Amino acid sequence: MSNELLTVWSDNPSTSLIIWGVIIIISLYLGRKQAHQMFKSTGQGLYSTLRLWAFSLRQLENRVSQRNRDILLASGAKASEKTIEREFTRITDIVQRDLSQYPALHKQIAESIDRIEIDYQSSSSAALLPPAWGNVVETIANLPSNGDPTVNKILTNIKKAVDESHQQTLKAFKKSSAESHRLLKGMLPVWREIDGKLTVVDEKISGLAERSKNIDEQINNYSNILANQDVAINALGSSAFTQFFISGLVLVIAVLGGLINFQLIAMPMAEMVGGASYIGSLKTSDIAALVIILVEIAMGLFLLESLRITHLFPIISSMDDKMRRRMMWVSFAILAILASIESSLAYMRDLLALDREALQQSLIGVGATSGVVEAQFRWIPSVGQMVMGFILPFALAFIAIPLESFIHSLRIVIGLISVSVLRILRILVRLLGGLSKHFFKLLTHFFDLLIMLPLSVERLVKSQMGTNQQDEVESKKSNSNPSGVKL
Amino acid sequence: MRHFRNVSFFVSLVVSLLLMVSCGEHQPKNKAVYLLIDTSGTYTEELKKAQSIVNYLLATLNSGDSIALARIDSGSFSEKDIIAKATFDLRPSTTNNQKRLFKQAVDEFVTNTKRGSRNTDITGGLMQATDFVNETKAGEKYVLIFSDLEEDLSKGHIRDFPIDVKGIEVVALNVTKLRSDNIDPRDYKKRLVAWQERVESGGGTWRVLNDLEQLDSLLVR
Repeated sequence: MSNELLTVWSDNPSTSLIIWGVIIIISLYLGRKQAHQMFKSTGQGLYSTLRLWAFSLRQLENRVSQRNRDILLASGAKASEKTIEREFTRITDIVQRDLSQYPALHKQIAESIDRIEIDYQSSSSAALLPPAWGNVVETIANLPSNGDPTVNKILTNIKKAVDESHQQTLKAFKKSSAESHRLLKGMLPVWREIDGKLTVVDEKISGLAERSKNIDEQINNYSNILANQDVAINALGSSAFTQFFISGLVLVIAVLGGLINFQLIAMPMAEMVGGASYIGSLKTSDIAALVIILVEIAMGLFLLESLRITHLFPIISSMDDKMRRRMMWVSFAILAILASIESSLAYMRDLLALDREALQQSLIGVGATSGVVEAQFRWIPSVGQMVMGFILPFALAFIAIPLESFIHSLRIVIGLISVSVLRILRILVRLLGGLSKHFFKLLTHFFDLLIMLPLSVERLVKSQMGTNQQDEVESKKSNSNPSGVKL
Repeated sequence: MRHFRNVSFFVSLVVSLLLMVSCGEHQPKNKAVYLLIDTSGTYTEELKKAQSIVNYLLATLNSGDSIALARIDSGSFSEKDIIAKATFDLRPSTTNNQKRLFKQAVDEFVTNTKRGSRNTDITGGLMQATDFVNETKAGEKYVLIFSDLEEDLSKGHIRDFPIDVKGIEVVALNVTKLRSDNIDPRDYKKRLVAWQERVESGGGTWRVLNDLEQLDSLLVR
């Protein structure tokens, strides 16, 4: 076909090609205006459309972003409210538990202080040594005797009486001082008791002060959240990501635990539901084992929900306490029954495996009699499997906690990923719009480049015609004013 | 309300997955295997090998599968030639007991078979096998022929008609060469081709497995 086209004008392909080129260039030159219009309108249309898309994407991104923000703030506010509530509950507990005994403590301290006061007063009322006695004795001792025996005797008697009196007073003073010291010594344990009680009071007051600090911090966070501040949003967002990864990791571990559990009960389940029936491409026994595990997980969810540890089912947490407690016991009972069933299935699995092993041995050894080779510690794996069968359902029950965190954080993570995807899309669309506009501009110039020969001719002709017209105008001007005088 | 929506989403996901699984292709997955053992002439010496094949089959087959062992003698289109047969119970423990009983029956048969039969009615045995495996309505049907494939009919027995083995995989095991085959090996090939044509024209598939070390590929389609 192309060969035919090449020789349509001449047998020489080069000549024919040149003719084709000329025809094409002329055609393009003739359709230049329309082509330019087409390029311009297409480019502009594409650009406007893509800009519109980008605008719509921006709107959507803003909406999703706002929604994320709202969710983050709502969840953050809820969490803060819970924390503050918990702190207040703790403070109430402390006040009820410790400070309710404060009047009694105060009474004890007041009694102790009274006792100290009485003792103090008692100790302060002790007789003091009158300082005059010493001077009196000294004065009497220094009196001149003048050799009169009567006077000497009188003086000696007075001195003796004064000495005796002084000794008695001193003795009484010592006794009184000893009594004061005894009373002061007796005050020491009371002081210590008061000190101990005041330390206890101080500790309790300090605990309250710490709780108050925590509440202050939480209130501050809560205020930030309510004030819609970016700091709070960023903190909540990073917290959601952390929650997402941690809960995801725990869920993966739980899934692995579930798989082990499945392996433990799938084989003996064939004894109950048959080993040859299928639902779709899956064995009925496998599905039954899976259902048991799922029911265990469901019971675990209900149990933790009844205990108000998780809040996935508001209908359960809003039940009255009596009903909730009933539900808790029912869930626990079903979980315990299922765990017992699993334990027995695990034991049966061990027996079946042993039986199968014995059969295989008898089949491999042709003519050998079938029998079980008893190992010395064969009971250890049996017991291990039974314990695992009993423990794993309870362990799986706790999957509700990471599941709740995962579901909550998943919403936020999906929201953040959506915003990122929308942002990238918007940038791409805008980029594409700009590129398309530029491309069609380029195409217009390329088009002109293709027909540059006729365009150059046109430009030449136009410039020639312009020169002629200018000459004509000038000649007309000169004809109308042959003298050349300015009018 | 939002929690409830999340939980209901996960529940519906699990339910839809289960539905997808249950709405898939639903075909019986059980197997039916019928092993024909040639007891004619000197082939009785090969019975030990047949015993190991039976053991392999017993180790491979599971609950719900069927197995039968029959001998090929002068007139094999008869239930009397069935040495042992069993359709394994759905419970694995019962299946194991059935396997033990089956093995015991085979062991007794191998021990007690001293003399070979005078003639070899392979076609009759194949027809009997076809009836058995079709009755089981198994998903995979196998007839294993442990023989040299040299048919030697008693006088008056008519077997030269097409046989219906539709959907059955016929596997010839341990097809030994006869003395005459050594003189003209084309006889051996002709014998195999003749049986292949007969089986394939009857709607079945044909396979030869002489290396008994390759038993892993015996029940593989």
